[in-house]
Formats: sequence, structure tokens, C-alpha cells
Amino acid sequence: MEYVVMAAKAVVVFALVSGSMPFIVWAERKVMADAQARIGPNRVGPFGILQSFADALKLIFKEDVVPTGIDKRIFYLAPILSIIPALITFAVVPYGGPDLKLFGYPVGYVADLKDVGILYVFAVTTLGVYGIVLAGWASNNKYSLMGALRSSAQMISYEILLGLSIMGVVIGSGSLSLVEIVQAQATPYFGVIPGIWLFAQPLGFLIFLIASLAEANRVPFDLPEAESELVAGFHTEYSSFKFAMFFMAEYINLLTLSGVITTLFLGGWLGPGVDRFPILGVLYFSVKTVALVYFFIWLRATLPRLRYDQLMRFAWKVMLPAALINIFITAYWVAR
Amino acid sequence: MLKEYFPILLMLVLAIGFGVTMIFLSSLAGRKTATATKTAPYECGSLPVGSARLRFDVKFYVVAILFILFDVEAVLLWPWAVLQAQQLKLTGLVEAAVFVGILLLGYLYALRKGALEWE
Repeated sequence: MEYVVMAAKAVVVFALVSGSMPFIVWAERKVMADAQARIGPNRVGPFGILQSFADALKLIFKEDVVPTGIDKRIFYLAPILSIIPALITFAVVPYGGPDLKLFGYPVGYVADLKDVGILYVFAVTTLGVYGIVLAGWASNNKYSLMGALRSSAQMISYEILLGLSIMGVVIGSGSLSLVEIVQAQATPYFGVIPGIWLFAQPLGFLIFLIASLAEANRVPFDLPEAESELVAGFHTEYSSFKFAMFFMAEYINLLTLSGVITTLFLGGWLGPGVDRFPILGVLYFSVKTVALVYFFIWLRATLPRLRYDQLMRFAWKVMLPAALINIFITAYWVAR
Repeated sequence: MLKEYFPILLMLVLAIGFGVTMIFLSSLAGRKTATATKTAPYECGSLPVGSARLRFDVKFYVVAILFILFDVEAVLLWPWAVLQAQQLKLTGLVEAAVFVGILLLGYLYALRKGALEWE
């Protein structure tokens, strides 16, 4: 029975995560359209909400162009390698508290890895770089190669910042488990202000937010796909559903990172009344995550793209020292 | 203990299944009208010049090495961060500072050598 519940959780979360992706794309197109005083997709379904499904169907029926001179096995492997990490990261993000139970089994999260938790998130998201590097290398195209190199250098630079910026949260929570990190945010400051890490770790939050933008290849860090210089970057030669897979991976990563930020800094499932009605936690978690996704879309409509040297300089010379300072201030604070 | 990883394993299987199925489906359903011009590497319409496997800047390699250094640092700092508040206190803080200090010397060396200059 226990395994049945675990399997059911895994299947449901997998379906929800992959199923929410068309709606994120639709939301992005609608919000962007609004920001630019356009209408946006409005033909397929009410408010054009089925547009992404139509696009997915269309992409399946598109010609699968296999360019000459490619490394065929790697060319086919790369999109799969890039979507797998995106789809399995959400497994450790708790969307409801441990009190949320079904038949006496906790269903507030797919898996609570008590000893590793947040390490799992970083370990798996880093694997996404393989898909990009291999895609760029296998494509036999100069734009792809340059795009892949830039992309991987950018992603690994900001990966360090992701890891270092949450050290303050880990020090404060005394645990790597995402469930325990959320529980550590339950005690309010001075009895009134919500005890979320956003208020105690503003610098860590800012660094994590910026680093996750870079990690998800979002504006203003979307250099891997800088259309004006690199065509489409590492997926220039990809067509049909192989292209759709890179596209999906990107949007699912956006959702996952929003979920992780919610968990680490915004109190995850916590909210008023959640100790009496644990089901409310799922609602609070979803609202916070969707708000973050909206924020990322809003940023895309607002900000221009950075130059590559600015991007790397910013990561190594500004953010890295800032993250280290944040760690030691926090460590000193708790050691006093 | 390993039981906790069962749903993750299941999701991994689902993800691999999803990827393979979708690529297989689209290669079945798509039309196939490839010509030599169509399958040539895309270079904005002009004929491809030389090999696509270009020599690239060694800086990417330097960044990768620095990444390994600092990521290992982060991994080593994690257990320290977990125990810092309850057990290690000031002793732990000094030890971590020495550890990060040594790494910072290397970081400053890399800075001085211009490893992080992009122009």
C-alpha cells in the first residue's frame, strides 16, 4: 500500500509538472502580448488557452530534419538528456506539509530526502548542462557550438552562486531537507512578521533569484539563444519535437526553480490556517509559485539582454564575493 | 532509507519513456522530404565554410576548472552549514573562514592572471 501511494504521488506530480508547461507558455505569450499592447493567442479554445496544445501537435507532425555531418546518436540523445533532469527535479519540492495525509500516508511531497534534499535539486539541475553541450557539439553547426559553449559556461558559473547563496538558509534551518527548511520558517519574527527566510536572508534571496534566472536561460540572461548573434544557439539545427523538448525543458525548469524559491525563501506551503486545514498548503504553495512564474515573465517583458562579458564579470566578480559575505555574516550571527 | 528514492526512480523511468516516445512518434508522423540543401548545416543561407568543429577560446576551459573548485567548496561547506548553528559556533566559523580564505587566495590569483576577463 505504501508503495502504491508513493507511485501514485510520483505519477500525479509528473503529470502535473509536464501538463502545466503548455499553460506556462500560454501565460507567457498572453502576458508578453499584454505588455506590448497586442492581443496574443486568442483563436484556439477560450482566450487561446489551447494554443500550446495545438503547437505541440503541429510539432509532432513537422518534418524531423536530420542535418548532414551530425553525430547521430548524440544528436538524438541530447534533447532527452535535457528534459529528464527538468522532469524529475520537482520530486523533492514539498507542495504540502507532512500533515497532509491520504490513508495515513504523507502526500505533501513526492519524496523527502532527509539527508540530501536540496543537494538533489542542484545535482539534478546541473545535469541539464549535458544536454546543451552535447546538442551543440553533435549539431555540426558553428552557431550551435558557440551557443552551447556560452550556455554551459554561463550555467556552471551561476550554478556555484545557486549553491552558495542558499548556504545562509541552510545555516538557519540546520537541515538540508526541503520539508525541514519550510518548517524552520514557521516561527514568526517578533510574533507578527511571517518567519520566511526572505526577510532574514534578503541578499541570499536576491543572489538566488538572479542565479536562477541565469540557470533557466531567462531574460536578461538568455544569451544562449541571443537570436541577433547566434540564430537559436545550441538548438539551431533541431526541428520537430526534438526542438520542442528543449523548449519544454526550459519552461519546466522555470516552474521548478519557482517552486524551489518558494520553498527556500517564501515559506513553501505555510500560510494562515494551514495547521488546521493542511490542504490549504497546496493552495498557498501554488499561489506563491505561480506569482514567481508571473514575475519571471514580467521581467522578460521589461529587461534588455546583458552582454556576455558583463554576464560573466557579474557572476564572478560581484555575485560570488557577495554570496561569500552573506554566508559569513549569517554564520557569525548564529555563532554569537 | 533507499525507499525514499523509489518515487524518484519511477519519475526517472517516466521521463525517459516520455522523451523516447515523443521523439519516436515525431519521427514516425513527420513528413520526409529531405534534400541535400535542406540538410546542410544552417549558416544563414550561405554555403557552410570549413568545419563546424571550431577551435574555441581556452577561457571556457578556465571557467570550467574554476567551477569545479568552487562547486567542491560549496559541497564541503554544506555539512558545515547544517551543523553551524547548533554545534560548531565560533570554532566552526574560524575553520570555515580559513578554508574559504585559502580558496580566496586562489581566486585572487586567477583574477590577477586575468582568467575572468572577457573582452
